[in-house]
Amino acid sequence: MKRLSWLHAWLMLLPALAMLMAFTHIPALTTIWHSLFYPARGSEPEEFAGLDNYRMMLDDDVFWQALSNNLWYALVTVPASMVLALAMALWVNGKIRGRGALRLAYFTPTMLPMIAVANIWLFFYSPEIGLFNKVLGWFGVAGINWLGDTDWALPSLMLMTIWKEAGFFMIFYLAALQALDRDIYDAAALEGASRWYRFRRLTLPLLMPTTLFVLVNAVLNAFKLVDHLFILTKGGPNNASNLLLYYIYENAFSFFDANYAATLTVVLLAMLILLALLQFGVLERRIHYR
Amino acid sequence: MARFTHALSTSAAWLLGLLWILPLLYAFWAATHPAEYATRFDLFAPLTGEHFVTAWNQAPFMRYMLNTVIITGLILTFQLILCTLAGYALARMPFRGRGLVFALVLLQLMVMPEILIVENYRTLSMIDLIDTHIGVGLPYMASAFGIFLLRQTFKTVPQELEDAARLEGCSRLGVLWKVYVPLAKPTYLAYGLVSISHHWNNFLWPLVVTNTESSRPLTVGMAIFGAPESGVDWPVICAGTLIAIGPLLAIFLLFQRRFVQSFMYAGLK
Amino acid sequence: MLDKGKLHKGKRLLAIAVTSLAATAAQAQTELTMYYPVSVGGPLTQVVDGMIEQFEQQNPDIDVNAIYAGNYNDARMKALAALKSGEPAQLSVMFSIDVHELKDLDAIVSFDDVVETDEERQWLDSFYPALMENGKVDGTTWGIPFQRSTIVMYYNKDMFREVGLDPEHPPKNWDELAAMGQKLVKKDADGNVERWGAMIPSTGYPYWMFGALAKQNGADLMNSAGNETYFNKPEMVEALQYWKDLGSKYNVMPEGTIEWGTLRQNFLEGKTAMMWHSTGNLTAVKNAADFDFGVAFLPAHKNFGSPTGGGNFYLFKDATPDERRAALKLVRFMTSPEQAALWSKDTGYMGVSPAAYETDILKQYVSEFPPAAVARDQLEYATAELSTHQSGRVRKLLDDAIQSVLNGQAEPQEALDSAQNQAKRILSRY
Repeated sequence: MKRLSWLHAWLMLLPALAMLMAFTHIPALTTIWHSLFYPARGSEPEEFAGLDNYRMMLDDDVFWQALSNNLWYALVTVPASMVLALAMALWVNGKIRGRGALRLAYFTPTMLPMIAVANIWLFFYSPEIGLFNKVLGWFGVAGINWLGDTDWALPSLMLMTIWKEAGFFMIFYLAALQALDRDIYDAAALEGASRWYRFRRLTLPLLMPTTLFVLVNAVLNAFKLVDHLFILTKGGPNNASNLLLYYIYENAFSFFDANYAATLTVVLLAMLILLALLQFGVLERRIHYR
Repeated sequence: MARFTHALSTSAAWLLGLLWILPLLYAFWAATHPAEYATRFDLFAPLTGEHFVTAWNQAPFMRYMLNTVIITGLILTFQLILCTLAGYALARMPFRGRGLVFALVLLQLMVMPEILIVENYRTLSMIDLIDTHIGVGLPYMASAFGIFLLRQTFKTVPQELEDAARLEGCSRLGVLWKVYVPLAKPTYLAYGLVSISHHWNNFLWPLVVTNTESSRPLTVGMAIFGAPESGVDWPVICAGTLIAIGPLLAIFLLFQRRFVQSFMYAGLK
Repeated sequence: MLDKGKLHKGKRLLAIAVTSLAATAAQAQTELTMYYPVSVGGPLTQVVDGMIEQFEQQNPDIDVNAIYAGNYNDARMKALAALKSGEPAQLSVMFSIDVHELKDLDAIVSFDDVVETDEERQWLDSFYPALMENGKVDGTTWGIPFQRSTIVMYYNKDMFREVGLDPEHPPKNWDELAAMGQKLVKKDADGNVERWGAMIPSTGYPYWMFGALAKQNGADLMNSAGNETYFNKPEMVEALQYWKDLGSKYNVMPEGTIEWGTLRQNFLEGKTAMMWHSTGNLTAVKNAADFDFGVAFLPAHKNFGSPTGGGNFYLFKDATPDERRAALKLVRFMTSPEQAALWSKDTGYMGVSPAAYETDILKQYVSEFPPAAVARDQLEYATAELSTHQSGRVRKLLDDAIQSVLNGQAEPQEALDSAQNQAKRILSRY
């Protein structure tokens, strides 16, 4: 019986493992393989390219721009959406007027498909007829060409991303807050601890696991959430808002160069695996002092 | 002073709430008023339902909706089965190489299917599953997140419960089904909702693998429908959006309380 | 005794037998799958569906299955994917500029190889030459024009009147465009612009608009073999400088890029007095404008000029001779003068042959709605749209160069030099 146990375990793991292998591990490896070839021409077989695609990438200004855009994008959207998510969760967890309505409001982005709602944001951002410039106009401020100005295009995308993400992460914080033990707070209040002190010394540390979970997700989303680019900017103007995954899509499915797309994918993979190692390191430490 | 900060905080909350719901409000506005009010706001603008009719006639929404439901359902079903089995094995069955397997699973948390669209597209065209529901679903059916979550939940189930059931002659799968699954209900609900809201709104991968309306989900249909080749028609797009999110909105309104609660119990925090 | 269920089963079997018999009787049935670059259910699909229905009635032995695949890029991707996986696809409407790449992929067959009779050969010559430029490579015809457009200038006549300009005399050349544009700009008390003089869209298809400016300055963007580009010729640099100047020097246009998708809305809401846009927008503007508007040639510099655009019919290689003949029949039907005329009237795209404009339908339409003829008349000065090998990549190089200049990140000369050098490197393989 005990001897069969390992067999049972493998049998139960098999379906999931097979799928993971087929659509994550193996493709990750074949990506590397395909990045070593020139794109096929017509019906001829692919020709071995060595590291030529990587050389091409190092020379490719658009790649560097997309990479740096993506890093900025992550650097801004991750903390901003997390802070907002926490603030929202604190508000709707406390006694506030119209709590139900607020919860619904904060949660709307999660329900709206990015691709559909991007068209609505396109209206907000539209320079002559859009909502944002109209509002600026009431205050006598000249309009901004949000999506058409190289300085504003990326921030505009970031804003929409923050909107999308904060509402989603709020749910996780809210669930965590509701599970917190009220007694500790009562005790702290009795001892005369200020609100700020209680937040800093009690709430924040207790929310640490959630924060880590949300952080991981936020970082990942910063690299995989490109839906809105399809409608808002297509990476423009002049790549000012291009992101890695979108550039990969462009190469594979607009330029039909799956091999160069694979090369770019390798970079993205490497970055994500590096991040994974980093985060597991952090997780490890957390587990230790628990 | 405290009162003042309180008021300030409340108004900030409301301002943010307003900002957050603005796109939805705008969608309602544009969809229910004549086109000339799409960019102008007038309390006395007449109401109209014409955009819903236009949108409905311009795209096979029923078909898209059906595809989305099938795809989402297919993915969720497989996810629940595969992740339950794998989660249990990783939580409660000691075997050699468990740590390695768990690490391999966790890798997918980072290397999401979205990143591998190019290779996965190759794979699917090799096995001739482009433009099928199952093809859209395949890369997502084993979910590292689901496995991880269920493993954590199963670990909290007291071992004694399992031992007792085993003594009564329950098989392993029987124990899993009768003891573990019922106890993990909140996790299933929370995970299910996350999965549904993710796949209902998923775009990039379905865009790549679907060709025709026989498999295209709502999001891809919406993108093509709103593609500004000749110009954006906001009222109709907004009406289409509302049609598309209707069911999801209803689910959320119905389950709002359960939703947060299940997140809480599931330890998704 | 037979029970009811069995009886039903028997009947059903019989029915199946009968229908399959009938099918074998109509043996000659040829099935065609056509990919089409519009979104499902859009207004265009109804027009195309109607045409196909009529074709099937006239040709009961041919069955046409149209797949509406979205935009041009989607349609191409889907059609090629279908071919690769062995699914049937005999013809498609795809971007006219994809011709070199489709040839490189060995996916299409030239019409010269499919036509058989002299009459059919003559048919190949029945279209407007300007519309054939993108379809012909080295004298061989690979694409037949169908869903074709060109760029025209839409202008708001009411605004012309308001500032004392003659509404029947839109700007004829670059200088007039700048001068009249300046008159048409309106500012509020704070000095913020309420209305612009003109807008040329610079997202989506900047290379297309630039092709017009280049042609007006007497230069083409590439050769017809699609393996050489001329992005940094002096004419190009001058054209791009002028485009930039419209925003930064003459101030008749906003600076930065102008969104293609929302431009029509801008025009309809009176935020700009003039816009350059596809003729494909004509019907939509006509239906929605609550002011008097006109359509004119794009202004000239050395001469008038505009690229053509839009989709051509292609025949895929992977088809039986019967299927190819049937596909040719369908293409001929859809581009016949009557159908082309109806198509043009219903959609605003161009009638593809002179004969189409000789039909009663278009004659009447043009007399009722003269703007419809502007695009046709401008064809005389039209040129091919940018089309090369690896066109996606090459196009992006030019798009990026244009956007960087309009955003003040680079000077026209350096931006175009860099685009040209990179394009040259890409095209050196062909």
